[in-house]
Amino acid sequence: MNIIVCIKQVPDSEAQVKIASDGKALDLDQVKFVLNPYDEFAVEEAIRIKEKKGDGTVTVVSLGPPRVKDALRSALAMGADQAVLLWDPAFEGLDSHGTAVLLSRYLAGQTYDLILLGKQAIDDDMSYIGPALADLLKLPLVSVVTKLEFSPDYKTAFAQREGERGVEKIEVSLPAVLTAQKGLNEPRYASLMGIMKAKKKEIQEVNAAALGMEGSGTSDLVKSRVTKLDYPPKRPPGKIVPGDAATAAKELVRLLREEAKII
Amino acid sequence: MGQGIWILAEHRGSEFRPITMELLTWGKKLSEHCGAPLAAVLLGHEIGNLEEKLGNYGVQTVYVMDHPDLAVFNLDSHKEAMTQLLKKYLPAVLLLGNSIYNRELAPALSVRLGAFLSVDCTSLELKEGGTFETVRPMVAGKVLAHAAPAVPPGGGAAPAVIVSLRPNVTPRLEPGERATPDLVQVPYEPVPLRTKVLEITQTAGDEMDVTEARVVISGGRGMKGPEHFKLLEELAKVVGGAVGASRMVVDLGWIDHHYQVGQTGKVVTPDLYIACGISGAIQHLVGMTSSKCIVAINKDPEANIFKVADYGIVGDVFEVLPHLTEELKKLLSEKSLV
Ligand SMILES: Cc1cc2nc3c(=O)[nH]c(=O)nc-3n(C[C@H](O)[C@H](O)[C@H](O)COP(=O)(O)OP(=O)(O)OC[C@H]3O[C@@H](n4cnc5c(N)ncnc54)[C@H](O)[C@@H]3O)c2cc1C
Ligand SMILES: Nc1ncnc2c1ncn2[C@@H]1O[C@H](COP(=O)(O)O)[C@@H](O)[C@H]1O
Repeated sequence: MNIIVCIKQVPDSEAQVKIASDGKALDLDQVKFVLNPYDEFAVEEAIRIKEKKGDGTVTVVSLGPPRVKDALRSALAMGADQAVLLWDPAFEGLDSHGTAVLLSRYLAGQTYDLILLGKQAIDDDMSYIGPALADLLKLPLVSVVTKLEFSPDYKTAFAQREGERGVEKIEVSLPAVLTAQKGLNEPRYASLMGIMKAKKKEIQEVNAAALGMEGSGTSDLVKSRVTKLDYPPKRPPGKIVPGDAATAAKELVRLLREEAKII
Repeated sequence: MGQGIWILAEHRGSEFRPITMELLTWGKKLSEHCGAPLAAVLLGHEIGNLEEKLGNYGVQTVYVMDHPDLAVFNLDSHKEAMTQLLKKYLPAVLLLGNSIYNRELAPALSVRLGAFLSVDCTSLELKEGGTFETVRPMVAGKVLAHAAPAVPPGGGAAPAVIVSLRPNVTPRLEPGERATPDLVQVPYEPVPLRTKVLEITQTAGDEMDVTEARVVISGGRGMKGPEHFKLLEELAKVVGGAVGASRMVVDLGWIDHHYQVGQTGKVVTPDLYIACGISGAIQHLVGMTSSKCIVAINKDPEANIFKVADYGIVGDVFEVLPHLTEELKKLLSEKSLV
């Protein structure tokens, strides 16, 4: 079973987010980057499938600048077998659509039984790439998966996910694209040995030419343009409602009605 | 601009979901702003005469695709149906709700049509010349991004601009004068369905989802145990709200992940959010700080949750909650609410 996991490197969720001076991008200078938390679930699941089945390879793929190698190495340290970085200066400024198209170009030339992604990148919060890749590669999709099982021959997957009608158990034949939701598993910590091994592994690099993009440029792949980034309006400072439990509860209800006009 | 402003009407059985009226609010504004007619799409099977109601909201045309494969959501049939419709009628804008299912549908449509997509938008900024920008939170709400199509829509064969709206942020449109929309029945050309729902457990049923509720009462580790969550349920019942939870209590197994609010749970934007025994970790805050009014009950006066609360009570949840429920019950028996 060959599993490909698409991963993204993102600013740590605790990071202070600053807007760059042009007002259109994030200032990433001082930011600590991590492997996107949902992608950790995807990587963990891929490794578990491989361990359980006893054969196959787990390949992690990311499109992004050279710093993204750190995220690829984190995945290798967890137990992924190979890592691929898609990067070219021409990829600077790609949006979700462009990223999905280039990932699909790379994946179209690979053999795989399963493609796993995170349900969402915690920086752009788009949850675009999974469904987009599935469509581009003409594969079925199940998103926000919280439990994954396979038929004995590993040709069919049974994915559980929280849909709008309740918790759904979905049957899909492979190859397929699945996106990981929290709850799927508890990602492991990389062992020291894993980290040492990952350091030595080679990361395969793929540029625009290798994706057949030479000369054609990537600008027509970009569909959206950020015109401005803003901070959300600050909440005005709140009030502590004084008194013992009974007094405070009563006063709170009055405030909710008369001041906030919520009830 | 183009051939019209479309909304994808969400319905369950013979009822519209609240998001539909929120989509109509923006649909109507855009239709006036762009000088383009407002139309709605209804996908389903044997959906009765739902379309008639839409006329009262200013919808001029309703496109209906009725087919057994569209009875419940399936990504394959729904993206095929929408692609067939969008390619045939070339609307300028498609508005849809940011639901779990549409989070699969919208990107698929975007790649199929080569269209600009902005997901989970909280607002639209109308610009001169009949154009607009989408406004959406990103990085868990720490930043608001304004975005527009890289190439402005030129009308005609340009792909529709697709916008998904975050539920519960936009006021719901009230019906206006009675009117009957034009009904266009469009045949659906079926495609194979590659995923199959084998079973549904813990059905969402009638229980209100945290993302749709106008009031959310959330509990954290300060609730001390799953047996005390009934205090929250009682309060939720009194105000017609839903119960939410912090990740800590989900991880402790006190309540299902379905209820979790925050970065790895759900983003909620109710009118009133009451955090009970929740410390206010950043990953929790990003899921609820867009609520209109936030109340925190916590015994630690230094708890971070007080930094975002409009009203705070420093106290023991087990003392405060019963009083609060009682007071609200009193008030609401006088006046029907929310
Ligand atoms: C990648 C990542 C993603 C995460 N995603 C989420 C997420 O989506 N949602 C989320 O909520 N968290 C998330 N977390 C976890 C988050 O960091 C916190 O650990 C969690 O929110 C804490 O939950 P809590 O407030 O219930 O518990 P605690 O932090 O333990 O707080 C309990 C609070 O209860 C108060 N208390 C105790 N007893 C009483 C009493 N009798 N009366 C009143 N108050 C009392 C205490 O003063 C304390 O403030 C995430 C963390 C990570 C690393
Ligand atoms: N640049 C990228 N390279 C590889 N995979 C990505 C990239 N961006 C996003 N992904 C994958 O797509 C998922 C959803 O991301 P997004 O659509 O940006 O919210 C992520 O969790 C990753 O698994």
